[in-house]
Amino acid sequence: MKPEDAEFPDDALIYARLLELAGRAGLSLLALAFVAYMAGWLAPEVPVQQLPELWSLPVADFLRESGMASGWGWLAQAMHGDVAGLLGIVLLVGASLPALLMLGALYGRRGDRVFAALCLLQFGVLLLAASGVLS
Amino acid sequence: MRKGRLGAAALLLAGAAGSAHAAGASASSMPWWVWPLALFLACFLMGIVAVPAGIGGGTLFVPIVSSFFPFHLDFVRGAGLLVALASAVSAAPLLLRSGLASLRLALPLALLASVSSIGGALLGLAMPESMVQILLGVLVVAIALWMLVSRRGSAPVATAPDAWSRALGLHGVFVDRASGTQVAWQAQRTPQGMLAFLGIGVLAGMFGIGAGWANVPTLNLLMGVPLKVAAGTSGLVISLVNSPAWIYLNKGAVLPIVAVPSVIGMMLGASIGARLLAVLNAVVVRRLVVALLLFTGLRALLKGLGVWP
Repeated sequence: MKPEDAEFPDDALIYARLLELAGRAGLSLLALAFVAYMAGWLAPEVPVQQLPELWSLPVADFLRESGMASGWGWLAQAMHGDVAGLLGIVLLVGASLPALLMLGALYGRRGDRVFAALCLLQFGVLLLAASGVLS
Repeated sequence: MRKGRLGAAALLLAGAAGSAHAAGASASSMPWWVWPLALFLACFLMGIVAVPAGIGGGTLFVPIVSSFFPFHLDFVRGAGLLVALASAVSAAPLLLRSGLASLRLALPLALLASVSSIGGALLGLAMPESMVQILLGVLVVAIALWMLVSRRGSAPVATAPDAWSRALGLHGVFVDRASGTQVAWQAQRTPQGMLAFLGIGVLAGMFGIGAGWANVPTLNLLMGVPLKVAAGTSGLVISLVNSPAWIYLNKGAVLPIVAVPSVIGMMLGASIGARLLAVLNAVVVRRLVVALLLFTGLRALLKGLGVWP
C-alpha cells in the first residue's frame, strides 16, 4: 500500500488498483499491436495502400468494401495487423468491468445493498453494450 | 517567452490541421502513412493545449479531426470516445488516491449516463451524416460560447442536501493541498443532477465527444460539489461510461489506424501539457481553444448544410 493510500476508503483504492492494472495492460497491448502492424510484422487484412479509399466511407460501406467483420467477428481476424489493435482497445474499454465486480462484492459484504446493486447494474449495462446484442 | 511558446503550439496545431485540410482535396494522391502521422501530431498538440485550457482532449478531437482529416465521421466519433476514455482511465486511479474523485458520487451518475449514452450512440450511428454534422456544429459552437462566458472556479452556493443525497451518502472530505485546508462537501439537487447526466450521456454517445465540459459545471454549479472534486469525479464518470465505445466497436466504427495514433498522441501531449501548466498562459490558451472550437463548430455546421463540403 502506498503511504497516501492509508487515508482513503477501501472501495476507492480497490477500484483504483484494478482500473490502473487493466488500463495499463490495454494501453500496452494497443501500442504493441500497432507497432507490429506498422512494422509489417503482422500482415493486415486490408492492405494499407487501400485504406485512403476506404476510411472516408460510412462504416456500413467500409465493412462491405473491405470484408472486415462487425460485432465480435473480428476475433477470427485478430492475427492480422490492422485487427490486432482491437485486442488492446477491448482491454482498455473493458478496464472497469472487473473493478466493478470486485466493488459490488465489497459493498455486498459490507451490507451496502444499494451500492452493491448499483455496481452490478452498471456491470450489466456495460456487458449488454459489449455483447453486441444492441448493435 | 510564454506567449512565444504558446504561439508556436498554436501555429503548429493550425499548421498541422491546415496542411491536413489542404491535402484533403487530393487525399487519394497522398501516401497513406501521412494521415496517421498527421493525426498523431495534431492529437499531440491538442493534448498539450487541452490541459491548460481546462477542457478534455475528447472535446477538441471530434470537431477538429472531422473538419481537417479525410476519415468518415463514424470513425472519428469511435476514436473520439476512445481518446476520452483512455485519458480518463489513466487519470482516475490518481484522482481516487488523491481524494479528488468520489466513487459514491460517480456510480449513480455513471449508471444513468451509461444507459442514455447507448441510446445516443445508436441514434448517432443511424442518423444521416449531414444531420450529425449540423447538430455537432451547434453543440461545439455552444461549448465555445459557454467557455467564453463561464467563470472558472465558481464557488457553489450552499443549500441543504436533498433526501437522495443523504440516502446515498453523497458527501465527503477532501484536502485542498493549495490552501492546506480540509473541505467537507455534500451533493445537492441530486434528482436534477441525475436528469442532467441522462442528457449528457445522450450527447456523449451521439457525438463521441468527451463529456467533461458538461460534467464539471453540472457537478459544481448544479450539485454544489467543490470544483476540484467535480473535475476529479467527472474523469471518474467518463472512465465508467464506456458503453458507447462498445456500441461503436460492435458496429465496426473503431479503426485502429485512426484510434491508436489519436490515443497515444493525445496522452503524450496531455502529459506534456500538464507539465507546461505552470509556464503557459492559461487565459491565452483558453482563448485559442475557444477560437478553434468556434471555427471547427462553424465548419461542421456549414459542412452539414452542404455550404462548405
